[in-house]
Amino acid sequence: MSDVTTDLPSYRSLPGWAAPLAVLAVAYGAVPFWGTSYLFEAILLPFLALSLAGLGLNILTGYAGQVSLGSAAFMAVGAFAAFNFNLRIDSLPLIASIVLAGFAAAAIGLVFGLPSLRLKGFYLAVSTLAAQFFVQWALTKFSWFSNDSASGVIDAPPLAIAGFVFEGPIGRYYFALTVVSVLTFIAYRLVNSQTGRNFIAVRDNETAARIIGVPVLTTKLLAFAISSFIIGVAGVLWAFAYLRTVEPAGFNLDRSFQILFIVIIGGLASIRGAFFGAALIVVFPLLLSRLGAFLFGDVFDSGVLDMTQRIVLGALIILFLVLEPDGLAALCDRTRKRIGTALRQS
Amino acid sequence: MNATHAFAGLGATPFPPDIQDHLAGLNFEAAGAEKRKQEAESPVLELSGISLSFGGVAALSDVDLSVRRGEIRSIIGPNGAGKSSLINVISGVYRPDRGEVQIAGKRYAQVPTQKLARLGLARTFQNLALFKGLSVLDNVVSGRAHTFRSTFLGQIAGLGRSRREETDARDRASRVLEFLHLSDLSDRLAGTLPYGLQKRVELARALVAEPDLLLLDEPMAGMTATEKDEMAGFVSGVRDQYGTTVVLIEHDIGVVMGLSDRIAVLDYGRKIADGTPDEIQRDQRVIDAYLGVAAENEDGEGI
Repeated sequence: MSDVTTDLPSYRSLPGWAAPLAVLAVAYGAVPFWGTSYLFEAILLPFLALSLAGLGLNILTGYAGQVSLGSAAFMAVGAFAAFNFNLRIDSLPLIASIVLAGFAAAAIGLVFGLPSLRLKGFYLAVSTLAAQFFVQWALTKFSWFSNDSASGVIDAPPLAIAGFVFEGPIGRYYFALTVVSVLTFIAYRLVNSQTGRNFIAVRDNETAARIIGVPVLTTKLLAFAISSFIIGVAGVLWAFAYLRTVEPAGFNLDRSFQILFIVIIGGLASIRGAFFGAALIVVFPLLLSRLGAFLFGDVFDSGVLDMTQRIVLGALIILFLVLEPDGLAALCDRTRKRIGTALRQS
Repeated sequence: MNATHAFAGLGATPFPPDIQDHLAGLNFEAAGAEKRKQEAESPVLELSGISLSFGGVAALSDVDLSVRRGEIRSIIGPNGAGKSSLINVISGVYRPDRGEVQIAGKRYAQVPTQKLARLGLARTFQNLALFKGLSVLDNVVSGRAHTFRSTFLGQIAGLGRSRREETDARDRASRVLEFLHLSDLSDRLAGTLPYGLQKRVELARALVAEPDLLLLDEPMAGMTATEKDEMAGFVSGVRDQYGTTVVLIEHDIGVVMGLSDRIAVLDYGRKIADGTPDEIQRDQRVIDAYLGVAAENEDGEGI
């Protein structure tokens, strides 16, 4: 009776848990044994922090369809809140500081998410810029946040959980990896639940969503809160595990755009996308500088490198938007399917 | 009572729980029978004196409409006659300038859109309003959104109530998909389906809410003749199997005449006729306003 066409591609892949489990096994079991400290300090730690931030923004922008340019601000809130909770409340375990920092970021996110109830698209994006500028201003203006440190730069506390201190690059890597894994699993559960469906419903058709009984306003605010929570924790990782210092300057508008690019390049509304995007954004400049030094020698100094990075990255983003709007995640899916078909045919 | 049995297929009740309890209680009372009869005869939906204008252009003027329980009620009219405006007024997307909408005995100046599903109303849209990024199954499951009570934390944990709600919603969605012959497509992204099937998925999403009243805004627009017949079969199937009252807006007069119990005809925002298909076909004003045009211009049907 129904005209079912079977030749169109099916988009649900088969083993949901196999690939992430393999990645985790390698990340926990293999990487620490052959990785150099350069690999951890310069690549894996920023990669993990940015992946988590990308994941947080993807929940808001990719799933719930609310564009935000304030991600770095929420990272800053997380970092500074964790620092202050840790500093000012004695005997508060670090993990509690981090969770509380997440809640602080969620609260700020909720406030700056309020315009989303009336604004959409570009107008909303511009209004989230307010968060970016306000938070950075507040953190610089009131030295209380940085414990009256003269330079505004403060050292992060040691990463200790239940008496065990995560020291050195590998220790901090384990710490960051664990936090990212736990939050990624939670995010995965979330986007596959009714709440996740509500996010997508609000993104794809707000009127239809309201009519079938999705609480549109609550859903939008929830997306802002959850997204900001995750981005806040990403800020803690960025400051505590990667940089080991907390300063507002690192959380500027450039960072917000960087996270947005991660989401766009990696793939909107995809958990894996955040990781693909972050990998590209982190590894790409390093590759470029190696390649530049190899090909052009001394001519390729840091100034030229910086410029080249911007130009190539800009071009790359345009290319992605034109050729692969669904990002690296979709590209990866298609490649895998093609390989699968090729294998079956041969 | 028939209605309750008819809904057994969906494992659900056609009415909100309170009314359902009410009906169940009445079955045992002698005095209740009379009351129940009245309830069955009282309109599910009643519009009185609805007027709506967009910046001086009158989309609807003084339209009355009453829909009885269990009937397929069609609204036809040439393009721009105000059919879709009327459905948008019923579902609360537009607020009428004057007039009232009465749903299940309650009067509204503007129907609260966000409570629509809980009032027992579900609708489809003239232009597809599926969630393109969700699979067919998830689209249909999302039609149960109004029944979810669990919080997002519970859903992440996936225990207790949230687990029950999720399983329940999925079961119901699968049954509706089966009813509409869509089971094979449940994993496909809704946006990748051909137009006719997307329309059917939209019907499934509306149906899974188990509404008392189903509003269908041109469910057959843009379909091939075969698809139209199929869709007409599903619409009457919904009424026959689930006892759902259907309000149908449609261009295709042939389909409407065969399918409807009663038809209202709109022209330039006014109701010019209201009656059974036979009466409508004989009504001179309808022939002048609508059928006459179609007869002179057979190829451009529905202009």
